[in-house]
Amino acid sequence: MTEPAQANPQGRPPILEVRGGRKNFGAVHALRGVDLVARAGEVTALVGDNGAGKSTMIKCIAGIYGFDAGDVLFEGQPVHISDPSEANDMGIEVVYQDLALCDNLDIVHNMFLGRELKKGIQLDEAAMEARAAEVLASLSVRTVRSIRQHVASLSGGQRQTVAIARAVLWNSKLVILDEPTAALGVAQTEQVLQLVRRLADAGLAVVLVSHNMNDVFEVADSINVLYLGQTAAQVRTKDSSRSEVIELITSGSMSPVGAGSGPALSKTTTDSANGSTPA
Amino acid sequence: MSTSTRPADPAAPSLLAGTVEQPTFGESVNNWVRKVRGGDMGSLPAILALLVLVLGFFALKPEKFLSALNIANLFQQGAVVTTIAMGLVFVLLIGEIDLSAGFTSGACGAVLALALTKLDWPWYLAFGAALVTGVVIGTLLGLSVARIGIPSFIITLAAFLALQGVVLLMIGTGGNISINDSVIIAIQNKNVPPVLGWVLGVLAVAAYAATSLLSWRGRRSRGLLTAPFGLVILKIVVLAVVILGLIGVLNQNRSLNSNVSITGVPIVVPCIAVLALVLGYVLTKTAFGRHIYAVGGNAEATRRAGINVKGVQTACFMICSTMAAFAGVFAASRATSVDPNAGGSNVLLYAVGAAVIGGTSLFGGKGRIIDALIGGAVIAVIDNGMGLLGYSSGIKYVVTGAVLAIAASVDAISRRRARATGRG
Repeated sequence: MTEPAQANPQGRPPILEVRGGRKNFGAVHALRGVDLVARAGEVTALVGDNGAGKSTMIKCIAGIYGFDAGDVLFEGQPVHISDPSEANDMGIEVVYQDLALCDNLDIVHNMFLGRELKKGIQLDEAAMEARAAEVLASLSVRTVRSIRQHVASLSGGQRQTVAIARAVLWNSKLVILDEPTAALGVAQTEQVLQLVRRLADAGLAVVLVSHNMNDVFEVADSINVLYLGQTAAQVRTKDSSRSEVIELITSGSMSPVGAGSGPALSKTTTDSANGSTPA
Repeated sequence: MSTSTRPADPAAPSLLAGTVEQPTFGESVNNWVRKVRGGDMGSLPAILALLVLVLGFFALKPEKFLSALNIANLFQQGAVVTTIAMGLVFVLLIGEIDLSAGFTSGACGAVLALALTKLDWPWYLAFGAALVTGVVIGTLLGLSVARIGIPSFIITLAAFLALQGVVLLMIGTGGNISINDSVIIAIQNKNVPPVLGWVLGVLAVAAYAATSLLSWRGRRSRGLLTAPFGLVILKIVVLAVVILGLIGVLNQNRSLNSNVSITGVPIVVPCIAVLALVLGYVLTKTAFGRHIYAVGGNAEATRRAGINVKGVQTACFMICSTMAAFAGVFAASRATSVDPNAGGSNVLLYAVGAAVIGGTSLFGGKGRIIDALIGGAVIAVIDNGMGLLGYSSGIKYVVTGAVLAIAASVDAISRRRARATGRG
């Protein structure tokens, strides 16, 4: 299951790479060495049991906490993200589980909230509306009746769509989705997963935090498993099976019967940045 | 932007992708009816109430209620409450309340009166001092709510009590400062020359027509969803009829004394119109206004979107108290004096009532400046009409209270209905 060297066909560094990320909250070691590689055009699933550190990890990447130790490389360049606005400026957008939409505003207003387009001091409604329509159309969103309806009138899947569309409205390169299908029904989950796939196909790097193995195996190219604050492994989806991933989630290591890899915590980041074994 | 390089599937044109089907006149009306039935009533109940009240009082007192004199009276009586209500809309929009707005107007009026009489300042400096007083009070209230985190109900209740005392201290128990400055008195007691009134009215209608037609054309040419042309024209015509009709009535001689002629629109009317236009522009056309609605809708989401929520909250309290300062000046002008009870009794509750009757929600996130104008008109009409019919103050309060109770229940019920039909 070791990933072949041509896994990175563009020959470019991954959009985001985290090496040995650590985060302590006082005496609590929330992250004790996490590694993550997210490439353009790919969906990277971030899985792990409750308390494994998924939320902490995305908050560190998004600049809400910042890592205490470890390296973060953005497009190959070492960066230090200590503030959410820095992350936004780089092109990192996070769609949180509770969506953060204003029910009393319409879709366009929500998509541009805090970053409104202006003509002088006046809002440029027409430009915002055209741009929002363009983005939704590029995501092949057709389920929304009118772009000017209040977000309150949307279904859970549509709200998720608006939140995701808002994340890609800016020149984002990395979109992190926190459990986007957790509260959705079957049909809407399917819609959102298709949208997630399209985001990656459009060239973005997508990190999908999920509990749901079905979702993960349906859309992810690569699966990063966290176990008790450490990265157990990052594997290619096509080279791994559901039972292997579940074993990684529950035990942090993989029995050698599977694809024949060594003990997980002794550096099993098989889906590494440039395809070769990291130093 | 990488995603925009993917064109929409041409085989299945998106409703959002430029091939917008423009609604016809009938469809727009149907949509509106659906919206109202879904709980999004806006000012409709208030407009209906206003029509019923006006027709009712007209039927009972045909020769008096719709006379030019009484219509001018209505504007002058309603000016103070309406002005405070416009400011309160901002505070209500972010889901807060300002109980001290009434006495803020009183305190600002007292500052104006003292500056004019004791300090002998020219009217513009005294006016400025009153406004600055309002800004300072609003800043203190806003910082208390946004930074310290005191519930607005409590801190503005404290300010209500304290400012009542401040007015009393400034003017003295049983005291009364009369105002002699001709400019301040003119605001509520003099009229715009009829010719100027016509010019301003025509200009206002022309400006509205030009902006709405230009915006319609701009949106249509970009392929965005637009209202049908007929509806745009209808709105312009209705506005023109209302504005020019009122100017026509107010430009007639309404003097009861045949030797003196009183004609023209009271000066306070264009003053309020300008304030309403500026505030309406801020709310609907600027990013700041959008952020006010966002804070009222979901403060946490607004904060995560990188908006300074505390700054927005503070600014709303500042706007509210500043509008109260304008109202204090209007009240002083109307009474030509300031007494210790200025801004007291029912002024504040009428103003909150006006905003809520007009359709502004007490729950935050929903409201417009026009709500304050319509609600203010409802309250002024009740007060004035029942006075003409000779009812006592007791009956007037009961009726006004009942109207407010109805308005608040309309707000609560339409909210529930909006939840049920998914229109927040």
